[in-house]
Amino acid sequence: MSEEKERQKPRISRRQFLTYTLAGTAGFLGSTMLYPMVRFAVDPMLKKGAASEFVDVAAVDEITTTPKSFQVNVKVVDGWYKPEEGQTLTAWVMKQDNGEILALSPICKHLGCTVTWEGSPEHSNEFFCFCHNGRYTKEGINVPGTPPNAPLDEYETKIENGRLLLGPIKKRGV
Amino acid sequence: MIRKMYDWLDQRLDITPIWRDVADHEVPEHVNPAHHFSAFIYCFGGLTFFVIVIQFLSGMFLSLYYVPDIKHAHASVEYLQNEIAFGSIVRGMHHWGASVAIVMLFLHTLRVFFTGAYKHPREFNWVVGMLLFFVVLGLGFTGYLLPWDNKAYFATKVGIEIAASVPFVGEHIATFLQGGDMVGATTLTRFFALHVFFLPGALLALLGAHFILIRRQGISGPL
Repeated sequence: MSEEKERQKPRISRRQFLTYTLAGTAGFLGSTMLYPMVRFAVDPMLKKGAASEFVDVAAVDEITTTPKSFQVNVKVVDGWYKPEEGQTLTAWVMKQDNGEILALSPICKHLGCTVTWEGSPEHSNEFFCFCHNGRYTKEGINVPGTPPNAPLDEYETKIENGRLLLGPIKKRGV
Repeated sequence: MIRKMYDWLDQRLDITPIWRDVADHEVPEHVNPAHHFSAFIYCFGGLTFFVIVIQFLSGMFLSLYYVPDIKHAHASVEYLQNEIAFGSIVRGMHHWGASVAIVMLFLHTLRVFFTGAYKHPREFNWVVGMLLFFVVLGLGFTGYLLPWDNKAYFATKVGIEIAASVPFVGEHIATFLQGGDMVGATTLTRFFALHVFFLPGALLALLGAHFILIRRQGISGPL
């Protein structure tokens, strides 16, 4: 008798069943509406950046042991905005003691301001960032005790027919 | 678990009475399509609201990429439609939804008219509804310019020319709408501001009034 009752007892009430079905259907319909919009909004996160090419900067002869800034024009695609003149990047280029060429990015590793060679009269023979007094040695190594916690990034370099070409920016020591 | 989360909130915020006020009300038999199929005509108001919700959402998402400037407006629309995932879907929702909203709004108006639902004591809600109709038409008119293509430009030219034909004040209306002497940069920013700030604000306020009145006065009786 009691066993019979047990078997007839519904595991899920009619009300619950209806609630789940209606909520499920509504959720499905709502998500088909929201999915395209959310995917549309997050698209920039899922897009891969374009690889940059090597650009001619200067003759190798022009490069001295003192860092000198060179302007490089690179093509940029900024959404629907594609400036014909491209974007100007700066590189601090020098010949190292071992004869190799080092081209540093001027973007400070602290919070992204722009560093300049001997930018502060108080710190000669150093790169200086005016935002928070970040300092780097001539090789772009951050001076301990100043805000930056990593060396300046460098451009990949290539020499062709006596000309210096700069490529993508990479982290130091990689 | 959802039940528990709801109870936790309800205990603190007492949301059940609010929820009851908003959603838990009787639907008379004569407006329930489950009883009389022909009662589906009573759904047009709700459908209009549903489409307007979609317009709000898709419009908000479109504004992530759109820029109201004569040099870049068209390029940004082209970009968001062709370069961004689901761009044509989201823009399509807004584009087609705009037409569907006006169709639904019109069908709703016809239903209210032919069932005589606008009569005493609901005259004022008819007036609010008419204001809503003009706001939605305004949204359609201002939104049409934003892609800044030939169709948009000349449609706005024609619209403003028609507005300019109003006796005495026509020229002033045209200058106000254009924000200057011609359909150009100032017109585009102006229409954008109207389309995304002023008119949606008015729309929300009027919708609120429309819904408060219908709840207060109830749905009109059967024919």
